[in-house]
Amino acid sequence: MAEGVSVVAESLAGGGARVARSVLGQVVLPGEELLLPEQEDAEGPGGAGERPLSLNAGACSRVRVICGPGLRRCGDRLLVTKCGRLRHKEPGGGGGGGGGVYWVDSQQKRYVPVKGDHVIGIVTAKSGDIFKVDVGGSEPASLSYLSFEGATKRNRPNVQVGDLIYGQFVVANKDMEPEMVCIDSCGRANGMGVIGQDGLLFKVTLGLIRKLLAPDCEIIQEVGKLYPLEIVFGMNGRIWVKAKTIQQTLILANILEACEHMTSDQRKQIFSRLAES
Amino acid sequence: MAAERKSKLSKNLLRMKFMQRGLDSETKKQLEEEEKKIISEEHWYLDLPELKEKESFIIEEQSFLLCEDLLYGRMSFRGFNPEVEKLMLHMNAKHKAEEVEDETVELDVSDEEMARRYETLVGTIGKKFARKRDHANYEEDENGDIQPIKAKKMFLKPQD
Repeated sequence: MAEGVSVVAESLAGGGARVARSVLGQVVLPGEELLLPEQEDAEGPGGAGERPLSLNAGACSRVRVICGPGLRRCGDRLLVTKCGRLRHKEPGGGGGGGGGVYWVDSQQKRYVPVKGDHVIGIVTAKSGDIFKVDVGGSEPASLSYLSFEGATKRNRPNVQVGDLIYGQFVVANKDMEPEMVCIDSCGRANGMGVIGQDGLLFKVTLGLIRKLLAPDCEIIQEVGKLYPLEIVFGMNGRIWVKAKTIQQTLILANILEACEHMTSDQRKQIFSRLAES
Repeated sequence: MAAERKSKLSKNLLRMKFMQRGLDSETKKQLEEEEKKIISEEHWYLDLPELKEKESFIIEEQSFLLCEDLLYGRMSFRGFNPEVEKLMLHMNAKHKAEEVEDETVELDVSDEEMARRYETLVGTIGKKFARKRDHANYEEDENGDIQPIKAKKMFLKPQD
């Protein structure tokens, strides 16, 4: 914690924009400005005096950088909008930009709908052609009855008020009502739709969801070895679990909730104790 | 004479579709030009300075999916929901490509029971086929020995 405080103090004292590369993994605050590697040459120390260098910089600026959650583009500047640690992913693989992806790894509970996110929603109303789905955002999302696999005008999906829906956003921006669908672009459900009966739904922080969905997450691998179970993770901080008995389901929910602030040693202890019982 | 007659026709009339065939190229051009002028005059445009937005090299993307290679959100373990497990493999294929699967899947029907059931199934189907063939053989034998089938199907006089 002391580390974080010192970093914050430093950034406040500095006042000006910091170079994004130099603060990777450090705490950034809302309102801060970041400089991308391409801008370093032009705006960094000594850059203004040497014009010939700018030629090189011009060639570099073709590189596209993606700013992820927690960052905002403002003209040519890159502003921080969330408090958290700055992260960077090198280009190649999934990233589309040549300069990689920057984002802020923040801790929050409030979900803001994002296009393409898979979330768990609760159907709150049925009105004609659309369902209203509560996803934990500022506004309920709308879900057309036609956006289910195999649904036609005549063949309506069997969705009741109170059902849990696993779907993804197709429309999500600050000006419009978010819209969900339960099919992909090919019209297949791919696991989306109404989540089965029973089970337990609970809420966790958005950071924990990302932690659990990371490809190399040990928690999930260990949980999977305990007993037969099914989990659904919504990016809106909702987790639905189901095991063979209610007791097992409750144990699972408690483990997942608790593991956010546990060290790996503590976790191992608990898992070994569970394996014995 | 002809020119006079043409000039008498109104422009609106000349612009009609059925009149187009008879027109010569000059009047056609004239008409087209006039039309263009009318269209360009009626066109709206905003009296604004031209927008000179530079091509931005920062792309905004508010999704974590792109940043962190997150897995698919539905999971099932140890055979709880085989459908979802199949889906997991499919959706997380790119991540799991290197991993070797050594999970023991708990099934509703054990392999032995399955084998036993199939054994009996093979028996019943075999029996069915065998019976048919036996039946056919039996018929053939009878036919060959004594009578053709037709003789069997002859009308039988009812007894009084």
